[in-house]
Amino acid sequence: MAVKSAAKKKFNLVKSLHNQFTKEDLLAQYESMIQLRRFQEKVGSLYQQGYMGGFCHLYIGQEAVITGAKAASKEGDDFITTYRCHAHAAMSGISMEEILGELMGRSTGISKGKGGSMHMFDPDKHFWGGHGIVGGNVPLATGMAFAAKYREEDRVTLCFFGDGAADSGAMFESFNMAALWKLPVLYIIENNHFSMGTAKERHAAGEFYKRGEPFGIPGKKVDGMDFFAVYEAISEACEYIRAGNGPMLLEMDTYRYKGHSMSDPAKYRKREDVDGIKTKRDPIMQLGNVLMSNYKVKEEDLKALDKKAKEAVAKAVEIALDAPKADMAELYTDIIQSNGEK
Amino acid sequence: MNMIKQTYRDALRDGMSEEMRRDAEVFLMGEEVAEYQGAYKCSAGMLEEFGPKRVIDSPITELGFTGLGVGAAFMGMRPIIEYMSWSFALLSSDQIINSAAKTYYMSGGKVGCPIVFRGINGLGKMVAAQHSHDYTNMYANCPGLKVVCPVTPADAKGLIKSAVRDNAPVLVMENERLYGMEGDVPEGDDVLVEIGKARLVREGKDITLIGYSMSALQCEKAAEMLAKEGVDAEVIDLRSIRPLDKSAIVKSIQKTNRAIVVEEGYSFAGIAAEIMAVISEEAFDALDAPVERMSLKDIPIPYADHLEQASIVQADDIVKKAVQICK
Repeated sequence: MAVKSAAKKKFNLVKSLHNQFTKEDLLAQYESMIQLRRFQEKVGSLYQQGYMGGFCHLYIGQEAVITGAKAASKEGDDFITTYRCHAHAAMSGISMEEILGELMGRSTGISKGKGGSMHMFDPDKHFWGGHGIVGGNVPLATGMAFAAKYREEDRVTLCFFGDGAADSGAMFESFNMAALWKLPVLYIIENNHFSMGTAKERHAAGEFYKRGEPFGIPGKKVDGMDFFAVYEAISEACEYIRAGNGPMLLEMDTYRYKGHSMSDPAKYRKREDVDGIKTKRDPIMQLGNVLMSNYKVKEEDLKALDKKAKEAVAKAVEIALDAPKADMAELYTDIIQSNGEK
Repeated sequence: MNMIKQTYRDALRDGMSEEMRRDAEVFLMGEEVAEYQGAYKCSAGMLEEFGPKRVIDSPITELGFTGLGVGAAFMGMRPIIEYMSWSFALLSSDQIINSAAKTYYMSGGKVGCPIVFRGINGLGKMVAAQHSHDYTNMYANCPGLKVVCPVTPADAKGLIKSAVRDNAPVLVMENERLYGMEGDVPEGDDVLVEIGKARLVREGKDITLIGYSMSALQCEKAAEMLAKEGVDAEVIDLRSIRPLDKSAIVKSIQKTNRAIVVEEGYSFAGIAAEIMAVISEEAFDALDAPVERMSLKDIPIPYADHLEQASIVQADDIVKKAVQICK
């Protein structure tokens, strides 16, 4: 019940935003979220059928964070995240075929089959990975923001990482430099409440959104299951950063429905806890409710979008499966960038 | 070519400064590089010339500022990251190996990392075990990185310039004992030393002495002593460890038929072991005697001067070994 009332409170906070979107805009957000969900579910099932190997970290339950962030940021802002990167890649414009191709080691994979689930990149789309070491992407993001400031470019780096990385020295070292040099970076802690299998209460002292306080970095806790709350917080944060104030920190209170990775049955938490969040705070359900109550969207319309998403996913799987395996000739390419290449 | 006499540290500084004048995307960041003028004065005057935007004192947080440099390099900038010591840079090895070295491959060639990491490496200044270690083999082990060890002032300048212009991450392993040494440096802004080419220090026909960084100097000294004993030693300064100039090694062995590899690093899985493997694979038939290696003693490096010196291969030791082999 505590979860419900907290969610409700946050939800009310941003009610003012509910009517600021056009119906079409909001339906597009819903469509993105439902497609991310169906896509990730399919990835999970393909993994279990043996179509891919290695690690595979799903984003199911956390969709409002990346969707809201993408909607609130500007074209040209840079995104960088951790190994749980499929949704961030997709929302940056990398196609499901390219992501699936990568997961299945095909020549059509976004990294030619050399990166896999955790390492997808497309600088042309301002998506910078896809990094496998917990906390490792935080200094990288800080350097990207350093470059933007050095070049006097109007771009904000949005750096996503989990509550596990929020304990790391890499993060604190980054905060120190970003605040010292007023770098245009937005640190987004996606607090899904588990550092792999260790609950927040058991791995982290203090509050995540206060992690930047000693450095003078303003922080805010946001209902990461509510698209509107995410949108509002990231819009405001980006505005603050663009004004030259330096970094900001947002803690997105979210939840992952699946285990840390495919090999994790998540026995460290109760099924009722997961079910409670699914039925009361699910980000897609919440956005659907607003669409139905404020925008006169019918349940059938939402179901039609769901069907459309499933079809798009099925089509992408078909294309990915048709692609040839990653080319053996690529084994020895891209090791050292030669000096002729830009 | 016009030559000027310069110390290694000034040659390094001139190399960096010339590249910063040439390319506005180059910046220098590290511990004490700006106001302090460099912990070893390698960046003396650079803050004054380029200003605080491009010559930046970092906090002493190697992991953080290395990752920052790598992130900026992903965006196409050309950072020079200076460490007070490669011993401190161990804290940043995650960013060097996992981010700088591997991202180009992992991204299928989409994200490059044109960055230079540099600082003092090795030992010999009575600073005890935690500040005395040659990390060349550790980084040279990793595909995706280039690793160079300039010994002369001319190479320090030519290699730092090449490193800045290189599209790959390049590690420049310097040594505090080299900074004050003087040598002839060619004048001109575009005199580069190619990464991946060894330096033939001295020609000879009886035996090849192979070293890198300080050990190349020991080899040179030993060769002069050997000349008095009637042994004509050839000396190769590897200069670049990765890529390795295998052909220079093989060519020399084919001439001298004998070799000693000298290192100021530990022998286990070290650089000398790698060179010996190369000789065995590519020049075995040319050998008249087994290749020998002479390495740092297999101990944490002690503080006291005489103990520290006893852990390093000295020119005398090389002479004795070479005479034995050539007998």
